[in-house]
Amino acid sequence: MSKADLDKLKKTPFFDLHVEAGARLVDFGGWALPVQYEGILAEHHRVREKVGLFDVSHMGEFFVEGEGAEAFLQRMTTNDVSTLSDGQAHYTVSLYEHGGIVDDLLVYKRGEGRYLVCVNAACIEKDWDWFSSHHDEGRDGCTLVNGSESWAQLAIQGRHAQALLQKLTDVDLGGVTYYRFAEGVLAGINCIIARTGYTGEDGFELFLSGDDAASMWSSLFDAGEEYGLQPIGLGARDTLRLESKYCLYGNDITDQTTPLEGRLAWIVKLDKGDFIGRDALVAQKEAGIPRRLVGFELLGRGIARHGYSVLLHGEVVGEVTSGAHSPSLGKSIGLCYLPAGSTKSGTEFEVQVRKKRVPAVVVKTPFYKRPY
Amino acid sequence: MDTIPAQLLYTSDHEWVSIVDGIATIGITDHAQDQLGDIVFCGDSPEPKSKVEKGDTIAVVESVKANSDIYSPVDGRVVEVNEELEEEPELVNGDCYGKGWILKVKVKDPDDIIELLNAEQYEKLVENES
Repeated sequence: MSKADLDKLKKTPFFDLHVEAGARLVDFGGWALPVQYEGILAEHHRVREKVGLFDVSHMGEFFVEGEGAEAFLQRMTTNDVSTLSDGQAHYTVSLYEHGGIVDDLLVYKRGEGRYLVCVNAACIEKDWDWFSSHHDEGRDGCTLVNGSESWAQLAIQGRHAQALLQKLTDVDLGGVTYYRFAEGVLAGINCIIARTGYTGEDGFELFLSGDDAASMWSSLFDAGEEYGLQPIGLGARDTLRLESKYCLYGNDITDQTTPLEGRLAWIVKLDKGDFIGRDALVAQKEAGIPRRLVGFELLGRGIARHGYSVLLHGEVVGEVTSGAHSPSLGKSIGLCYLPAGSTKSGTEFEVQVRKKRVPAVVVKTPFYKRPY
Repeated sequence: MDTIPAQLLYTSDHEWVSIVDGIATIGITDHAQDQLGDIVFCGDSPEPKSKVEKGDTIAVVESVKANSDIYSPVDGRVVEVNEELEEEPELVNGDCYGKGWILKVKVKDPDDIIELLNAEQYEKLVENES
């Protein structure tokens, strides 16, 4: 990418460090981000076998605070916010009235009436418009702030993540269990330390001030040397999350898919009370969900890529939403929507891979399960 | 730094060509393999003895994040396809001018090679593209 092109893109606080580390940078939704350093396959295997560091500062952070914060988030999302305890997070989606998905997000309860909402980078502006257009400070009894510009975020993922980070903090990380978080000092920096991630490995995500970025990066690499810590790019991030069957908004879930179609019923709590999109989901449940997101493997040669047509009995029924060569399985895997009645494991269909129709089969997901 | 061996010929599609006794060995250049990233599949070539024309697709190279058609730089007949790439497609990354050769074509008209680029011309092309 030319310097002129790079100059037009947004940069995270770690940009200079990526360049120094030899990253190949690409335009990711208007951000200059590393797609790879040593190579996608090597980076993928490193996270699966050791530990890797991801710059995820392009993600967005909204803060909802006040007595009415819980009620506001209950209305805006499908999962039950009232079940969160202090220091706990959950995965959820925000819906349009018609049931399509605005974005998938994580909600963190920092304390009574204090929430952090983490949103996808590509959706920050859209989500902000969506949340703020439904928010009125006086009526809702809470403030809504977009902190995305000043917060940085790093993900440390892999079996050595806890040991690595424990060297840098007095916070007992063993006590920070899955989908819980602590707020404390790590490497001398105040941050939120959450046991969450997008790779299917054990690991943590750190939220910190953008001003502390360079210092945190260098502390992590010092502590991480004995564990083989290296920076990991977006290319490996995508193969890791796909193997673990984590959805990518914009690919697997969109404003044209409901969470019921997307196999996300587990984060939809229809009984919690009303929320935007609830009526549409109830109606869809009653009418019968017309299609579902499935995982598949190709049975022949090729890689099923996003956008390739999916055929059932010779007719096009949809497209591959995400697909790749799976480094850990050595197969071609992917996700797509198939019509109701054709979504069971073992169902055979075809993917149009360029000029060839390649046989494919629905398989159980996640494709990869970590062995520890 | 991309390697561009001086004794080879090149195309603007980032293939290299080595012609010995009327047989052209074809592969992709260091620049191409670097741009593609980790290669996980290389194949879909016409069978040996098939006729090929300049511009025909003679192989598909798939990397983790992209795929690329390889085009025949000459008219001719396929002599041999590198079967090692079936099990070890990463040879195209690791040894693109050696073990990573993709296929061999018996050249119909030796004058075809006049249209190919020499190392210096290919180097300029790569520079202009960056």
